[in-house]
Amino acid sequence: MTDTGARAPIIRMKNIEKHFGNVIALAGVSIDIHQGECHCLLGDNGAGKSTFIKTMSGVHQPTHGEILFEGQVMEFADPRDAIAAGIATVYQDLAMIPLMSVARNFFMGNEPIKTRLGIPFYDREYADRVTMEEMRNMGINLRGPDQAVGTLSGGERQTVAIARSVHFGAKVLILDEPTSALGVRQTSNVLATIDRVRKQGIAVVFITHNVRHALAAGDRFTVLNRGKTLGTAKRGEITPDALQDMMAGGQELAELEGSLGGTI
Amino acid sequence: MAGTDERIKEMSPLRRALIRPELGGIVGTIAVFTFFLLTAFDSGMFNAQGTLNWSIVSAQFMIIAVGACLLMIAGEFDLSVGSMIGFSGMMIAIFSVTLGWPVWLAILATFAMAIAIGALNGFIVIRTGLPSFIVTLAFLFILRGFTIYLPQTIERKTIIGGIREVAEGDWLAPVFGGKILQGLFTWLGEVGLLATFERGTRAGQPVVDGVPMLIVWAIALVIFGHILLTKTRFGNWIYAAGGDAQAARYAGVPVNRVKILMFMFTAFCATVFATCQVMEFGSAGADRGLLKEFEAIIAVVIGGALLTGGYGSVIGAALGALIFGVVQQGLFFAGVESSLFRVFLGVILLGAVILNTYIRRLITGAR
Repeated sequence: MTDTGARAPIIRMKNIEKHFGNVIALAGVSIDIHQGECHCLLGDNGAGKSTFIKTMSGVHQPTHGEILFEGQVMEFADPRDAIAAGIATVYQDLAMIPLMSVARNFFMGNEPIKTRLGIPFYDREYADRVTMEEMRNMGINLRGPDQAVGTLSGGERQTVAIARSVHFGAKVLILDEPTSALGVRQTSNVLATIDRVRKQGIAVVFITHNVRHALAAGDRFTVLNRGKTLGTAKRGEITPDALQDMMAGGQELAELEGSLGGTI
Repeated sequence: MAGTDERIKEMSPLRRALIRPELGGIVGTIAVFTFFLLTAFDSGMFNAQGTLNWSIVSAQFMIIAVGACLLMIAGEFDLSVGSMIGFSGMMIAIFSVTLGWPVWLAILATFAMAIAIGALNGFIVIRTGLPSFIVTLAFLFILRGFTIYLPQTIERKTIIGGIREVAEGDWLAPVFGGKILQGLFTWLGEVGLLATFERGTRAGQPVVDGVPMLIVWAIALVIFGHILLTKTRFGNWIYAAGGDAQAARYAGVPVNRVKILMFMFTAFCATVFATCQVMEFGSAGADRGLLKEFEAIIAVVIGGALLTGGYGSVIGAALGALIFGVVQQGLFFAGVESSLFRVFLGVILLGAVILNTYIRRLITGAR
């Protein structure tokens, strides 16, 4: 694994605050993300994970604080700006359109064009060929490029969405709870995909509230709680129990866990 | 390279055919033609005049169905199509007859106005996030209201005539009210391939003297709509906007622009219909286009489009329109009470929606 400390981070979020009316959703969150690392963002529901990544992906504009992307201060007006810069987000259940074919989904918003008689047409041949290749690389067997996304499993849909972002040149890939609705087998497929993407030098921001999924894929772990960071830990420097405690605010969960026999 | 997944069953050709949106339309068209060929062949339904008759009616349905189809696939409805037809026709009449503008200017001004109203429809839907059903229902009443109010106030009547006279010699009017291939049809009459009038002032002329521009517009719009939807980048955006607007936005599709443009296109189609009708009748009436919005939607649904958006076919919608035209006129030729047409509409709509729901489950592999 590359030494993440040696190089300049690809994204540096400095002291991000986000207020919605009189609610302070983020109260000064700072985090660095490096190329080729899987940075896990952990936190319980309401910790501010979603708000934080939406600031990173251009959906929200921070009330205070700075976003540095490749050393430059960035102000994203909308998600398109962030995508253009190379920050792609894969949302849990809004990644794909079930009624459309895999190929049409893969190229949605980035359709290839071939010009005939001066009219720009959708280059279906190219789209179908590239989609089949990319799917094969990701280990998904399609009946054909026109197979509807609705026929794929949840894990496969996440994988298609990840492959799509990588194909279109994402440098930072934000995954919003990609494994939270998946079974064991599908989860390990998605985690394997994350590993493959990271090895290509892409920075992965992996949002989850499952400590085991985080530890399986992550290089560094940042825990959010009530709109603040509780710190960032490197792989090997922290135990699963310590992570779990940080996420839930310690005490209560320890008591609960006792009564549940350590199953959480 | 990986082998095929043993758990994905090969699709049978029947199942594959079933998930084509046009299937219902194709089956329906064959059924309807078979039925009328058997029951009404001797009535003159399939001679030159009869064919022209149901072709014109079908073409009218087709023109508005193309607009409604693309809009429905983009995930929205337009219930103001019928009122827009009445309104556009009336505006052409007021501009050209009452105000004395040249007809070409009246037509262009009306198109600009209609498209602007379409854009307003779309803009309100996008901005407020209200269902397009409600917003365009409001415009159904607003436009119909003006269509009755304006001629009554200005001309003290609800039908404005005399358009044919003012359109004489105009360069744009024949594009909507004219005919093409007249030479071919005259020749067909001369060589005896086409029946000619035997008596009266038009003796010797063919019974059908050309293809009305209405039919040309219908075919051109169907081809345009089909290519736009299936062969262009914009077509992919139409599917995406209707399939899941939020997912499409996240992928960078300009959903709002797509939807507003489709509202504008629907208004354009309604105005093409209105202009052709006004040029044909030579008048505009306040009650024109009544219920057309629902007929357009039914044609689209018979054509395999889902009411929820994201799936459908322009060719299917065109076949739905053809089924309509043939049945509406065919019942007349077969001597059946014409009010039964409404019964037919209702029954076939219900059947189509149930079939589409089933097909949707087939596509997405849900059980």
